[in-house]
Amino acid sequence: MNLTLKIWRQKNASDKGKMVDYKISDVSPDMSFLEMLDVLNTQLIESGDEPVAFDHDCREGICGMCSLYINGEAHGPDRGVTTCQLHMRKFKDGDTIYIEPFRAKAFPVIKDLVVDRSAFDRIQHAGGFISVNTSGNTQDANAIPINKENADKAFDAATCIGCGACVATCKNSSAMLYVSAKVSQFALLPQGQVEATDRVLNMVKQMDDEGFGNCTNTGACEVECPKGISLENIARMNTEFLKASLKG
Amino acid sequence: MSGLLKSSIGRKFAMALSALFLMVFLLQHFAINILSVFSPDAFNEASHFMGTFWAVQYLLQPVLIFGVIFHFAMGFVLEIKNNSARTVKYAKNNGGANSTWMSRNMIYSGLFILIFLIIHMIDFWVHEMNVKYVAGDMSGLIDPSNVESGFRYFEELQEKFVPIWRVALYCLGFVFLALHLLHGFNSAFQSVGANNKYTKGLKTFSKIYAIGLPLGFIIIALFHHFNHH
Repeated sequence: MNLTLKIWRQKNASDKGKMVDYKISDVSPDMSFLEMLDVLNTQLIESGDEPVAFDHDCREGICGMCSLYINGEAHGPDRGVTTCQLHMRKFKDGDTIYIEPFRAKAFPVIKDLVVDRSAFDRIQHAGGFISVNTSGNTQDANAIPINKENADKAFDAATCIGCGACVATCKNSSAMLYVSAKVSQFALLPQGQVEATDRVLNMVKQMDDEGFGNCTNTGACEVECPKGISLENIARMNTEFLKASLKG
Repeated sequence: MSGLLKSSIGRKFAMALSALFLMVFLLQHFAINILSVFSPDAFNEASHFMGTFWAVQYLLQPVLIFGVIFHFAMGFVLEIKNNSARTVKYAKNNGGANSTWMSRNMIYSGLFILIFLIIHMIDFWVHEMNVKYVAGDMSGLIDPSNVESGFRYFEELQEKFVPIWRVALYCLGFVFLALHLLHGFNSAFQSVGANNKYTKGLKTFSKIYAIGLPLGFIIIALFHHFNHH
């Protein structure tokens, strides 16, 4: 396949940045999207140009490191996959592909397609954990009975890899799907009850302080989420937050 | 509690609660308006009751005005805040791939509804306030000095729907109301945390409400335009 790529190039965080056109030929439909970018970068290096900076790590859809807004969609046109799992067979010979970084004020661009998603880490630090006494008499987690339905829902919420596609695709740059998944995975389990009130209040406060937008329930986040995190989690977080606010 | 009102989720709750209140009001408004199609007398009686009963005039009306202003004002504030959360826009954004047009354009459907509402208030509400509280005529009669003249409400309603431009504007206003409700109805329930086993049924009901109610208002406007004598 021969393709035209329109890629966001930005030297550093303070650079204004712009879209730059590149031609790439002989792309195999079996390549992953990131492999295609690897080929482009090899060409750029060989011609003495600066390669395109982009995030990646496991390339198995687990780490949540790869991002990219491809042809107007987070992680590209495929569903339930991250960019590293997207294959070139999803495109046609002669296509023009737009490749941009995830855009949000809370996700500033560091270079080219690499964005700083540490806002997610700070939200997680604010309450996305449980405190466990490991003094030697810790209770075996498997000895605590948990309703099967809740266990499944908690597991589903816990599959969020924190890639930020929800923020990138939301017209409001809202992080509510991410935060609600992190709140839900504990709110549904007995181990998460002790810190439930502080958790939701602190995580939502941190989310607001980071400058993410307000959720308007468009549902775009759920559609683009590579792990299929459900909007049901946002409804649950809203209820948890209301309960915690009235209590606190 | 103070944190609730300042938070993004608190604002969501407030928007949803004001929306649910306005949707209940719309249903009540429709229930009275549809009487005008079947029985002018029943419509006159209901209008006179709503227009003169103290609890409606001095309790519910101020709450409704507050609810309307709050919903619009909060909608615009949230839109401005949300726009500022993404300072650099995408060169290419395929919003249609993952969300409905209605959900992405609530501000525009809301803006058109606001324009319609201002015209609607000038047409009916301002006139009512003038007659009742400026001129001091609480009789509701066509001729206040003649009890036999009958109530004025049905006659005034029919008169308003004579000009085709006003009928067309009202119909367009209701189309935008339908677009707004198609996302807004269900969204309000999601915002207050109602996403459960009833969600599927609620979605079906929301579509019936969002299309059925504005369509009913359109039918009333057309009925009076074509049946005016």
